[in-house]
Amino acid sequence: MALATITRIRLWFEDRLGLDAVKEFLAHKSVPRHSATMWYYFGGITLFLFGIQVATGILLLLYYRPSPNEAYESVQFIMTQVDFGWLIRSVHSWAANLMILAAFIHMFSVVFLHAYRAPRELTWLTGIVLLGLALGFGFSGYLLPWNTISFFATKVGTDIAADVPLIGPALARFLRGGTDVSGGTLTRFFGFHVAVLPGITTLVLLLHLALVQKWNISIPPKVEEEYRRQGREVPRIPFVPDFILRELMAWYITLAILGVLAALFPWELGEKADPFAPAPAGIRPEWYFLAPFYTLKLIPSRVWFVEGEVLGVVCFGLLAATWACLPFWASRKDGTIRTRLVTGAGVLLASYLAVFSALGYWR
Amino acid sequence: MDSSRRGIVYWLLGGGLISSLASFLYPVFRYMRPPEVAEAAVSEAEVGTVNEFPVNSGKIVRFGNKPVLLIRLGEQDWRAFSGTCTHLDCTVQYQPERQRIWCACHNGVYDLNGRVISGPPPRPLEPFEVHLRDGEVIVTRRA
Amino acid sequence: MRPTITLLLLAAAAAWAQDTCVDCHASLEGNLQAPAKAYADDIHRERGFGCADCHGGDPTAMDPEESMSPAKGFRGAIRRTEIPNLCARCHSDPDLMHRYVPQQRVDQLAQYRTSVHGKRLAAGDENVATCVDCHSVHDIRQVKDPLSPVHPLRIVVTCARCHADEKLMAKYNLWATQPEDYKASVHWKALAERGDLSAPSCASCHGNHGATPPQVSSVAAVCGLCHVLQEQFFDKSPHYEAFTELGLSGCVVCHGNHRIEHPTDKMLEIEGGTCGKCHEADSQAGKIAAEIRGMLVRLAGELERSREILDEARHAGIEVSEAEIQLAQARDNLLKARVTVHSFDVAAVGRDIEEGLQIAAAAYQAGVEALKERDRRRLGLIFSLVAIAVTIIGLWLAIRSREQRAAAPAETARE
Repeated sequence: MALATITRIRLWFEDRLGLDAVKEFLAHKSVPRHSATMWYYFGGITLFLFGIQVATGILLLLYYRPSPNEAYESVQFIMTQVDFGWLIRSVHSWAANLMILAAFIHMFSVVFLHAYRAPRELTWLTGIVLLGLALGFGFSGYLLPWNTISFFATKVGTDIAADVPLIGPALARFLRGGTDVSGGTLTRFFGFHVAVLPGITTLVLLLHLALVQKWNISIPPKVEEEYRRQGREVPRIPFVPDFILRELMAWYITLAILGVLAALFPWELGEKADPFAPAPAGIRPEWYFLAPFYTLKLIPSRVWFVEGEVLGVVCFGLLAATWACLPFWASRKDGTIRTRLVTGAGVLLASYLAVFSALGYWR
Repeated sequence: MDSSRRGIVYWLLGGGLISSLASFLYPVFRYMRPPEVAEAAVSEAEVGTVNEFPVNSGKIVRFGNKPVLLIRLGEQDWRAFSGTCTHLDCTVQYQPERQRIWCACHNGVYDLNGRVISGPPPRPLEPFEVHLRDGEVIVTRRA
Repeated sequence: MRPTITLLLLAAAAAWAQDTCVDCHASLEGNLQAPAKAYADDIHRERGFGCADCHGGDPTAMDPEESMSPAKGFRGAIRRTEIPNLCARCHSDPDLMHRYVPQQRVDQLAQYRTSVHGKRLAAGDENVATCVDCHSVHDIRQVKDPLSPVHPLRIVVTCARCHADEKLMAKYNLWATQPEDYKASVHWKALAERGDLSAPSCASCHGNHGATPPQVSSVAAVCGLCHVLQEQFFDKSPHYEAFTELGLSGCVVCHGNHRIEHPTDKMLEIEGGTCGKCHEADSQAGKIAAEIRGMLVRLAGELERSREILDEARHAGIEVSEAEIQLAQARDNLLKARVTVHSFDVAAVGRDIEEGLQIAAAAYQAGVEALKERDRRRLGLIFSLVAIAVTIIGLWLAIRSREQRAAAPAETARE
């Protein structure tokens, strides 16, 4: 009897929401299955971690206060007085790092599997925008606990923003909400972190996901070539339930890693920021900014007639712009892909990031 | 695969999903319940009942992470100052027989307004406000 | 507003008034020019005094014969033995001084006459300090002016000009090591490194105008001006009578007078320690020293142990700020005990130590509880991980079973 009622309610909702069309779509949706399929999961893992960030972020919002007098104390309150506050906060901090790591892995897998090629150029572009937004989340969120490390890392970061030619000083002023990092900066970053960036990200993310749905998952050229020679179709597995089961497994493994990190290596609170104290030695940004940070340290203060830091920032900008246009310079006029060039560029970029991040951490 | 084995798999899967979800949701629900103390003691601290402080006595109480010297001069006359001497950070004390605040480390003396009377302290003691609420003594920061 | 205007007018008047001394001497060279240039910084000039107010003569006359004529009261360079009296003409006149600075003391000359410097000067020794040796001359600044040679931060250098000069001090049978010794002391560190102007320098203990080394019997009283409790305990201790009989001064015997370094628990040792300078290890005093030292070391050790466990808990993410504050109180107890040491009374020191030990033990217990909480969290994590692992296994089995079923029909078909 109860089962019949549940079924009737379910059918009522399906009818009103027009879920039949959705069910049809899902029933026919399939995912290619080959040696490189495992890399397909990283997009979903990034999305999953973003979902965790939204959930834990909303929970933190219940107790956090974005003013210099209270920010640090409110985080301390969450860590010490609120039940499981330590867990929510640690999860939020660790998942942020894991999300950015997953995003980079996702991007590099797209590069090495050449999934950016036509007709998926827009998917690539929206993805790059999402990566930038993720870094923005990381940068703005880092300041919110208002401790010594985050205060000075923000100072250093906004100093570098000031080195952008022409708009630099105005950009730095906009970011800081003034000439120096202050309570105004905290308010502003809080607004970016919980309203502006989530709003923009939602829109770009929906576009990115819609494009992925429209064009389906890309099959790497090598795999296509292989199966074409064998005269076979690339085997596919149904999205429901097979791919979902596998995706769920990837998410659960991510959860396990996240749980271990959050519980065994809880995120430290540090000391409350004192704007009038001198910067402690060895200030450095979070790991995902270490490579450009260390590179800037290596550039001499004057190169020819240009200030070293300005040159560095301009080069990073050019590099980012070039990387964003990857689908365009990677394809030849006849539609084929310069796979070796792209793979080489990818290896170069990945190595640069890995080596310079390591150097930035240990020097 | 026979159906009994399939049954086990789905029990495992279902049980795992439910128990893991429970282990995620339990902390979340506990988290959302407000703790005993509603907010960090940045601006206010309850330090005891009125009866715990005899007239013409002083006691060091805790305000957040720092000591505060709470002095009851009369039935209704309460004073509170930072309990940390401004010279070299020793904890000050109230001397009832001399009605003054004294630091034992280097003989610094403050009056009952926190101002330095003699000795090495370079600055006065930061004053706090004292309020009474239902027989409880509340110390708050000066606005 | 009005006093400022008056002052400005006075200054202007002083500037406008004919002061031929400065006019003329400023255009000379070397020693004759120096005073005129230096006088720009002098407090007396600011208050409207000119050269003639000390040196006599006529500052309005252009002709040197007139301006520097003895008939007009010109004295020329003042003889060293005459300097104090000259300065005192104004500085010992209450009516005059209080016109400029109502609270200014006017007993400097009287004090000076009681000092070693004053007595020797009166006996005709011109090699001792007079007013201008410490306060400078022609560019005299207020004591609170950081550039004044008698500003608290600069007094050591000023006194050292003579008192670190071995040849000069040898003439009076004095050592010349005091300034160097003082610079190695905690008091100088407080003054120079921390900028604590309340820390004692030469004048704080020796007096400034009436500079005399404190008598043996009064050294403890001088130290006790700041170190109140230590003096009180010491006066009630067996050392007080013993030292008085032996003619030794209280604090100096153990702590020194100029090179006062930060005291350590090592001082209570017999071998190589301060107590051992007089006491044998198996004497009653030696035993007391050992007992007291043992208590101090024990509390310090307990504090360290509690500190370590609280640090461990804090790094594991557990809230221990309450316990850390308690521990700070216990540290206060150690401080108190180190003051009570000066009574050399085992029971008194023991009381402070006992209280500290109890608090340290409570803090340690809190640390133990905190680590238990950490373990509880890890247990919760393991439960969660087990649930996750079960789910992952279930997922894997479900995936495998579906693959097997997908492959099976093909096999049966092939059969």
